[in-house]
Amino acid sequence: MKEPKIIVVGGGLAGLMAVIRAAEAGVAVELFSIVPVKRSHSVCAQGGINAAKNLKGEGDSTDRHFDDSVYGGDFLANQGPVKRMCEAAPGVIDMLDRMGVTFNRTAEGLLDFRRFGGTMFNRTAFAGATTGQQMLYALDEQVRRFEAEGKVKKYEGWTFLSAVLDEQHICRGICAMDLKTMEVRTFPADAAIFCTGGVGAIFGRSTNSVVCTGSAQSALFQQGVDYANGEFIQVHPTAIPGEDKCRLMSESARGEGGRMWVPKHPLDKRAARQIPEAERLYFLEEWYPKYGNLVPRDIATRAIHKVVYGMKMGLEGVPAVYLDVSHIPRETLDRKLEGILEIYEKFVGVDPREVPMKVFPAMHYTMGGMWIDDDKHATNVKGIYAAGECEYQYHGANRLGANSLLSCIYGGMVASPAAIRYARGLEKGCESTPASLFHAEQRRQEQLNDGLLHQEGSENPVTIWKEMGDWMTEHVTVVRNNKDLQRTDVKLQELTERYKKINLSDRTSWANQTLTFCRELHNMLVLARVITQGALARNESRGAHYKPDFPERNDAEWLKTTRAHFDSGSVKFSYDPVDASMIPPRARRYDA
Amino acid sequence: MATTAANPAVIGRKVLVRVKRRPDAREEPRWEEFELDWRPHMNVIICLRDIAERPVTRDGRTTTPISYDANCLEEICGACAMLVNGVPRQACSALVDTLEQPIRIEPLTKFPVVRDLMVDRSIMFENLKRMKCWVPLDGTYDLGPGPRVAPSVQEKYYPLSRCITCGNCLEVCPQVNENSDFVGAAILSQVRLFNAHPTGAMHMKERLAAVMGSGGVADCANAQNCVEVCPKQIPLTESIAEVNRQAIRQAILGWLVG
Repeated sequence: MKEPKIIVVGGGLAGLMAVIRAAEAGVAVELFSIVPVKRSHSVCAQGGINAAKNLKGEGDSTDRHFDDSVYGGDFLANQGPVKRMCEAAPGVIDMLDRMGVTFNRTAEGLLDFRRFGGTMFNRTAFAGATTGQQMLYALDEQVRRFEAEGKVKKYEGWTFLSAVLDEQHICRGICAMDLKTMEVRTFPADAAIFCTGGVGAIFGRSTNSVVCTGSAQSALFQQGVDYANGEFIQVHPTAIPGEDKCRLMSESARGEGGRMWVPKHPLDKRAARQIPEAERLYFLEEWYPKYGNLVPRDIATRAIHKVVYGMKMGLEGVPAVYLDVSHIPRETLDRKLEGILEIYEKFVGVDPREVPMKVFPAMHYTMGGMWIDDDKHATNVKGIYAAGECEYQYHGANRLGANSLLSCIYGGMVASPAAIRYARGLEKGCESTPASLFHAEQRRQEQLNDGLLHQEGSENPVTIWKEMGDWMTEHVTVVRNNKDLQRTDVKLQELTERYKKINLSDRTSWANQTLTFCRELHNMLVLARVITQGALARNESRGAHYKPDFPERNDAEWLKTTRAHFDSGSVKFSYDPVDASMIPPRARRYDA
Repeated sequence: MATTAANPAVIGRKVLVRVKRRPDAREEPRWEEFELDWRPHMNVIICLRDIAERPVTRDGRTTTPISYDANCLEEICGACAMLVNGVPRQACSALVDTLEQPIRIEPLTKFPVVRDLMVDRSIMFENLKRMKCWVPLDGTYDLGPGPRVAPSVQEKYYPLSRCITCGNCLEVCPQVNENSDFVGAAILSQVRLFNAHPTGAMHMKERLAAVMGSGGVADCANAQNCVEVCPKQIPLTESIAEVNRQAIRQAILGWLVG
């Protein structure tokens, strides 16, 4: 066959890295993104990226990073890929540094590192508190250079609808829609790499961006791509609650010395600064003396829940606790945390350099995602690859802070050459695929749109979405009970029925955001059930998945990967063994 | 009309919003007014979402949800720039309680309107390309650490790299108009950033050649509106002055430094 053609869907860190690797290999690559790639959700990542470069003379090593990550993930991650990622990390940082990421520096002009949750080492490189933004821009600039050289073609303002699969169930391209003209079109490719990010919108309010609906991975799931460990959802301990979104206050605030506390007397009416040290409960420091404020996120989140709901000690009776950086010198704060303090100041109207921030946990990240193999990032459907948050491989049952940026870059670096190798090895490329196959897929997608545009009904898509989000947040995040999970699954079925009676308040065929949203909503409802049913089945507590009725980790029965298949409209589960061959599972305790 | 903010306990309080709408670029714009239920911490995005959930105007007419760009909702992706009460800003950080009502929401005027509040800002990305705003890399394979950078240098240039390409600075620039192809402050500030990077500086000449061409730094008329509306407080006028000095130096000394 001729030189292969690769499609990358999603222009965040993983997608851009995959594109760069393909362009460097001289392979024709097309990049699809809903938003201009410079506006992708990776831009929201704040605190930093982990790499055991051991520049602080602490004796850190990639093996320590590997151990912290596996232990932090409560042993659910396959260990081979995690080990390779940690080993690659120092090189990843060097590459980003060469690209011009404005990382903070030491007096010698070397990269500065700070501490993050779940480790005792200063292992996190950072660019102020906007590390994701700086990294995304660096990769965006490299891709723009390749674009100027004609090596990359971008389709920004397009949304992915479906894969084009042939009769052998091999991916031969994708079907996408132009968000302006609403044109539905197919694009042939020998391999497609999906880097479509998180699923926050399924929970209504999260720390995620608007585009993080999980719609692409759900569409692929419905076409036969397995979805793994969907029930593992990370709830970040510190965010500013909001009606449109919960705004993240990075773990780096604690990495730089921020402390979490509540007044010892609930309903203490005094201003935070008027409350003396002795009358404050620094609950993380007290309960977890070794790690203190830097316990992993699942631990910190459950501690806040205990303070607020168990001990009824939320600030002035509302669900909130203090995240306090007001004791740190202003100059340090501005140099290392300005980005997030500015967010707090703008959206809350209070200066966190003076007054402790009021925060509460919020849905933040999905550890689960499309199933991929251990070494090639290939899904179970030939020709479909995945990298970044949309796949499940690196974070087990709980992701450590600052490992996500690393897994995005590393994933893109692995998936892209693997997809190219696969494409080059194909006997027949997409050019031999009959045009009728592409036409049929296009027709199928157009009919779906027509159906939605012409259907009569009384339901509003935003209302259904809000109800889904409320149920998912209440019952499928921090604390999970089987009875509530069952009720949620019933609710999701009810919402799916109501979805059939959706009335599109916009029936035009130009930049119709209601239509796109309705298509995403359907896919969100499908994935919501994967998450909920996965949680219902797993009768143990592990990492972010916590069931009071089954409070212990149960390796005998549950040291296994949940694998969801879509089988004629319903979700079927099977379980794969976890590769725990290098670090034998041990009890995970941060309180001693 | 003065704002009715202040007492959050008011029940039944309303928010009045006027949105400039346009089904597409061919049709004339028209205004629609909406009356929404006030809630604490409301921003313009929440207003637009309320309208999407119940697309009915103040006078009871059923209409369509409003098309608009938005993504991160924390003022870092740059997507939701629009005119709010005549000022270009991000809709996500435009808090209702700080705005005079009725809140007037319009699309940016210096970019082609797609529909309603959606505009096409791809020209900014094209101009980043034209001005070669990148650090040319030999490859992404492992070549060891990057150049050392003094902390004082990092602190000087980090603020420049926080530009979110929102377009506010172009919106208020009198030199950005249909008769000019001025690239605007954001892009010139990026030129300064890449000229400062140790590796980027090796390719300063090409960048400055572009800057001295059509739509480049000479088109700035020093109105200094740009710095006023930058949501990231980037020292844009400083950047323009610096790039201008670099361009002049290259123009005069170009033959000397080769």
